[in-house]
Amino acid sequence: MELDSLYQEVILDHYKQPLHKGLSAEKTVQVHHVNPSCGDEITLNLLLEGDLVKDVTWDGVGCSISQASSSIMSDLVHGKSVEQALSILESFSELMSSKGSITGDEEILEDGVALAGVSKFPARVKCALLGWMAFKDAALQGRNEEKR
Amino acid sequence: MMTLLDVAAIKADFPIFEKKMRNDARLVYLDSGATSQKPNQVMAAEQYFYTHHNAAVHRGSHLLAEEASAAYEGARETVAAFLGAKNDDVIFTKSATESINLLAYSFSNTATGRFALGAGDEILLSEMEHHANLIPWQQLAKRTGATLKWFGVTPEGRLDLSTIDQLISERTKIVALTHQSNVLGTINPIEKISEAVRKVGAIFVLDACQSIPHFAVDVAELGVDFLAFSGHKILGPTGIGVLWGRADLLAAMEPFLFGGSMIETVTMESATWAPAPRKFEAGVPNMAQAVGLAAAIDYLNAIGMDKVHDHEVTLTKYALDGLRTIKGLTIIGPTDMASRGGVVSFALDGIHPHDGGQVLDQYGIAVRTGHHCAWPLMRKYGVSGTTRASFYIYNDLADIDALVEGIEATKKYFKVS
Repeated sequence: MELDSLYQEVILDHYKQPLHKGLSAEKTVQVHHVNPSCGDEITLNLLLEGDLVKDVTWDGVGCSISQASSSIMSDLVHGKSVEQALSILESFSELMSSKGSITGDEEILEDGVALAGVSKFPARVKCALLGWMAFKDAALQGRNEEKR
Repeated sequence: MMTLLDVAAIKADFPIFEKKMRNDARLVYLDSGATSQKPNQVMAAEQYFYTHHNAAVHRGSHLLAEEASAAYEGARETVAAFLGAKNDDVIFTKSATESINLLAYSFSNTATGRFALGAGDEILLSEMEHHANLIPWQQLAKRTGATLKWFGVTPEGRLDLSTIDQLISERTKIVALTHQSNVLGTINPIEKISEAVRKVGAIFVLDACQSIPHFAVDVAELGVDFLAFSGHKILGPTGIGVLWGRADLLAAMEPFLFGGSMIETVTMESATWAPAPRKFEAGVPNMAQAVGLAAAIDYLNAIGMDKVHDHEVTLTKYALDGLRTIKGLTIIGPTDMASRGGVVSFALDGIHPHDGGQVLDQYGIAVRTGHHCAWPLMRKYGVSGTTRASFYIYNDLADIDALVEGIEATKKYFKVS
């Protein structure tokens, strides 16, 4: 079924056992993002140490795609520099806007390539991007904090 | 007793049902609460207008202008008769959303008499309002300093009228309520509330988007002052909505949109307004869409609104019975059929509405998922969204069987027992 390209096993695993879910006490910046078309919400805490993404934790409600994608994202950016993290985000955004024409680089996106099928369902791309956009917002704000 | 329409005959008028959905599935359209499908008669009426009568209404001295004006005003007569109203009290807008905004802006443009609003005055809504009947009033309150108040909703999905005596007072200037909830299916007791509203002299605005398409509504019986609905939910085209108002209020009310068609005299410095409804219809209106709406009403009248309602009651009862056999499914809204329309919202344990809707789509089943533009109501019930099935004249029991089977298949797909 066409649906299996959307709901790969690895996505459902992340959905049922999301990584880094539950907000940390320590943070450099906290952001709250919503998907106004469906009501999904995410709160994300980012802890920076200089230019290092020391910790990313999140909490929220949403569909399997948004939850799994947030889980995958938080795991990917952990321990990376802000610049590296934003570059991974760039690759993921490219995959999501590809309408199924690319499969994604597993070296860079790891479990994130399992979300490649989402790009064929235009209504779900926003679900997959929710956590990533929250991270981007937090990273840009956090970088300014650190500079101060 | 099962009272159903001849759905096969009705479906033959709606070409969209010939469409093959994903996996070659037939279309099971359960999203009429968002927008209805259109019969050939409506599409043909629009096309006929463009091919035979097209001209700007109420201007020009040629034959086409005359015919276009007659078609447009004829559409108004059809709408008025459908509502039990007078022709001049029916205003065409582009949507119900515009109708309510027109009203809210006309209120602050008028700002005298019953339209005067300020600090200490109250606008009364309910927690089950669609955003279109919430945000225009929030904004009016901000512009004028008035305070928003609202009826709560009971756990069963009924309007909580236990506080009506405190909520409706001398301070109340506007009461704006939905006739039927687009999420819960609840039909609100408007006649009962309108009595209390009249006593304090407030203006009663009814959002009838979800009621007008589904059962007979007579504006005089309801005892409201204004009523809004959209054409596209009642088999008509998009781009056409209606605002009905009491003649004395329309006469006293300042317009919201200014321009051509709505004037009486104009100088370089000032202008005076044409009487209602023209005063509220600036610019060349959506003529073909008005004609299409009239064709939709003719179509429903030929069936009979009482029969439409009986059909939907039968479908809804059947759906509630069927859905309640599904383990882990919770109905959000009344489960008894008293004062309830053909909208059923539900939540499924362990499956987000968006994921559920995606699986149903594989079977050709079109439902609405999410917050249904009623975000405060979702928060009230502690859910981020629901799945909503809404019924109309082209649905039959097989559609509901397909929905129930589709939900079981969804649970299986996500391995939820």
